[in-house]
Amino acid sequence: MADSTCHAPLWTRLRRRTLFQWLTFGLSALAVTVLGAPLLGYFFGVRKREEHWVTVGDADQFAVNETRLCTFDNPLRQPWDGITALTGVYVRNLGPDQQGQDQFLIFAVNCAHLGCPVSWFPQSGLFMCPCHGGAYYANGERASGPPPRGLFHCTWRVEQGRLQVQAPHYPTLQDTLSAEEKTT
Amino acid sequence: MRRTLHAIGAWFEARLCLGNSLWPMLTHPVPKSIAGPMGWWYVFGSASMTLLMLQIVTGIGLALVYVPAADKAYDSLLYLNYVQPLGWFLRALHYYAGSGMVVMLLVHMTQVFLHGSYKYPRELTWVVGVFLLILTMGMFFTGQILRWDPDAYWGLAVGGSMAGRVPGAGPWIVELMLGGPVIGGNSLSRFFTLHVFVIPALLLSLLAVHLWLVIKKGISAPPQPGKIVDPKTYDAEYERELSTGVPFLGEAILKDLFFSALVVVVVVALAAVLGPKGPTAPPDPTLGGANPRPEWPFLWLFGLLSLSPGWAETFIILVFPVLLILGLFSVPFVSNRGERAPSKRPVAVLAVVVLFTIFGTLTYQGVTAPWSPEMTAWSGQPVPVNIVRQSSPRQLQGALVFQNKNCRNCHALEGTGGRRGPDLTLVGSRLTADQLIDQVSNGTPGGGNMPAYGSQIGPDEMSALVDFLTSLRPAGQPAVGTPASHTLATDRP
Repeated sequence: MADSTCHAPLWTRLRRRTLFQWLTFGLSALAVTVLGAPLLGYFFGVRKREEHWVTVGDADQFAVNETRLCTFDNPLRQPWDGITALTGVYVRNLGPDQQGQDQFLIFAVNCAHLGCPVSWFPQSGLFMCPCHGGAYYANGERASGPPPRGLFHCTWRVEQGRLQVQAPHYPTLQDTLSAEEKTT
Repeated sequence: MRRTLHAIGAWFEARLCLGNSLWPMLTHPVPKSIAGPMGWWYVFGSASMTLLMLQIVTGIGLALVYVPAADKAYDSLLYLNYVQPLGWFLRALHYYAGSGMVVMLLVHMTQVFLHGSYKYPRELTWVVGVFLLILTMGMFFTGQILRWDPDAYWGLAVGGSMAGRVPGAGPWIVELMLGGPVIGGNSLSRFFTLHVFVIPALLLSLLAVHLWLVIKKGISAPPQPGKIVDPKTYDAEYERELSTGVPFLGEAILKDLFFSALVVVVVVALAAVLGPKGPTAPPDPTLGGANPRPEWPFLWLFGLLSLSPGWAETFIILVFPVLLILGLFSVPFVSNRGERAPSKRPVAVLAVVVLFTIFGTLTYQGVTAPWSPEMTAWSGQPVPVNIVRQSSPRQLQGALVFQNKNCRNCHALEGTGGRRGPDLTLVGSRLTADQLIDQVSNGTPGGGNMPAYGSQIGPDEMSALVDFLTSLRPAGQPAVGTPASHTLATDRP
C-alpha cells in the first residue's frame, strides 16, 4: 500500500492537501520573505552618498594657467583603506574672472575611457593615458584616442581663501563628478 | 594482523556500502581504444582537475597568511614572499597552477570540440564545461585583484568603467562591484569573498555535475571517420562498444595519472624557477608611472578594445562577451549528430584554426600594446645620434622640440619610442613641410589619433621642428614635394 503512494505522480500527491500542508507552505513563504528581504537589502543595497569637502591648498598658491597634481586622503574611505585611499586631482588656476574671483579647473585623474590614471605633460600641454593612449588638452577636453568625452570635472569652492574640492567618488560615464554635468 | 585489517574494512563496508556504489563508478567500462594510444587525447580534463586540487591546497595555504584588508594586503604579500618559509613558493605555485589550469581547460575543450565529443548525448557535459571555463576565468580576474598592487587597483578601475557603461544600471553595478563610492577595502573584501567562497563553491558544484555526466553518459569513443552519431541509434551502439570495454580504474586511468604527474612537475618547476608574481608596487593610486596591464587570459580583450573603433566599444565590452559565451553554449545544439572525426569536419577544424589565430594575435597585440604611449620616451630615449650627425643647428633645435613636446611618447625614431603613431625615421620622404605643419598644428582631423599641437608650439619651434622632420629621409633623397623628388618618384619603374 505504502509502495503505491510512493510511486504516485507528484501532482496527485500535491492535490491532497491538508490544513497542515497549507500552513507549512504559508509559513515557508513567510520565512522566505522575512529572510529574503533583508538579505537582498544587505547584498544589493547601496549606501546614500555623503558629501565631504577636502582642502587641496590655499587658493593663491596655484599659479595662473599652470596644472598641478594635488593628492589627499579621500574622506569617502574606510578606516582600513590605507594608502589606497590616497586620491589625486589635477588643479589648474584659470585666473580671476570679471568679479576678481579665481576660477579653477579640477579634474579627476581617471581617464574617461576606462578609468586609467592620466599623466600631465606641461611641455606639450597634454594629459596622456598609459592604457589605450587617450589624450586630453589642458582644459580637459578630449584631444585624441578612444575616450568618448573629456576628463571628469570635480566640484570645487573657495572657502576663506582655501581651495576645496568635493571628495570624488570613482567617476564613470553615467556617474560623473559634477552636478551640472549630470543634468546635461 | 591481516585478518584484523580485513575485519575493520568489512565493518566500514557494511555501513558505507561503497562496494555497490562508488566501486562500480570507478570501474565503469570505457571504450577499449582509450586504453590504447588514442587515450592520450583524454588526459587534459583530468589534468585540469588535478591543477584545481592544487589550487585549493595552495589557496588554503595562502589564506593562512594573507590579510584581505586594503591597508595590510600588500604587506602580507611581501611577508609571504620574503619572510614566511616557502611562502614565495606557494604564491608562485598558485599563480602557475592557475595559469596551467586555464591552458589545460582550453586544450581539453579544443580536443572535445575537434573530436565532436560534445555531440549527443553529451551536450549538457559541454554546457557545464563552458560554465567551468567562465568560472575559472572569474577566479583569474578576482585572484589578480587580491594581489593588491597598482595592477589590481587599476584593474578594478577598468572593470568598474566597463560595468559603468551598462545603460541605466551602470552606476549601481559599479557601486555594487566596488562595495562603495571609491576603490578600497570594501572592493578588496568583495573580490576576496568571490575568489575564496562564491566562485569555488560554484566551481566545485558544477565540477561534480560535470563528472556525474561523464560517468552517467560515458566517455566518448575516439572518433572514426564514417561512424555517424545518430541520437536514435547512438545509445545502443555505445552500449555495444562498452561490452568490450576496459575498466576506467585500470589501464585507462594510468595515462591520466602520468600526464597529471607531468603537469604537476612542470608547474612546480615553473614556480621554483620563475618565483612569485608581484606584487609590483604598493597600491598607492597617486604613484606616477602606473602602467596597468591585465593578466594574460584577458590580454586578448585588452587588444580587442584597443584596436576596435570607438563606436563599437560599448558593444564589445557589454554584448560581445555574452555573444561569445552564447556561441560556446550553442555548439552542441547547432550540431549534435553526424560525423565526429576531424578529417570529416573541415569547418570545425577551420573554426579552431581561425579562433586560435584571432585570439593569439590579439593576445600578442595585448602583450606589445603598440597603442599605448610610452610615457617616459620623451625624456628617457635620446634622438639617435646618427640621424642628427649632419643636422644644421636649426634642425638640432627641432630635434629638441620633438623630444620636449613629448612627440617621442607616440612616435618612434629608428624603432625606439612609442608606437601609437607612425615611426618618423623617414617621415621626410613621405610628407612635405606644409603637410607636416598642418599635421602637427591640427592633429588628425575629427579628433583621431593625434592631438592638435597648434596652440602648444610657437612659430619658431614649429619651423625648427618641421626643418628637423623634413630632414629625416634616406641620404641623397631630396625632400618630398621638390621638383627633383617628383622626377624621382615618376621615374621609378
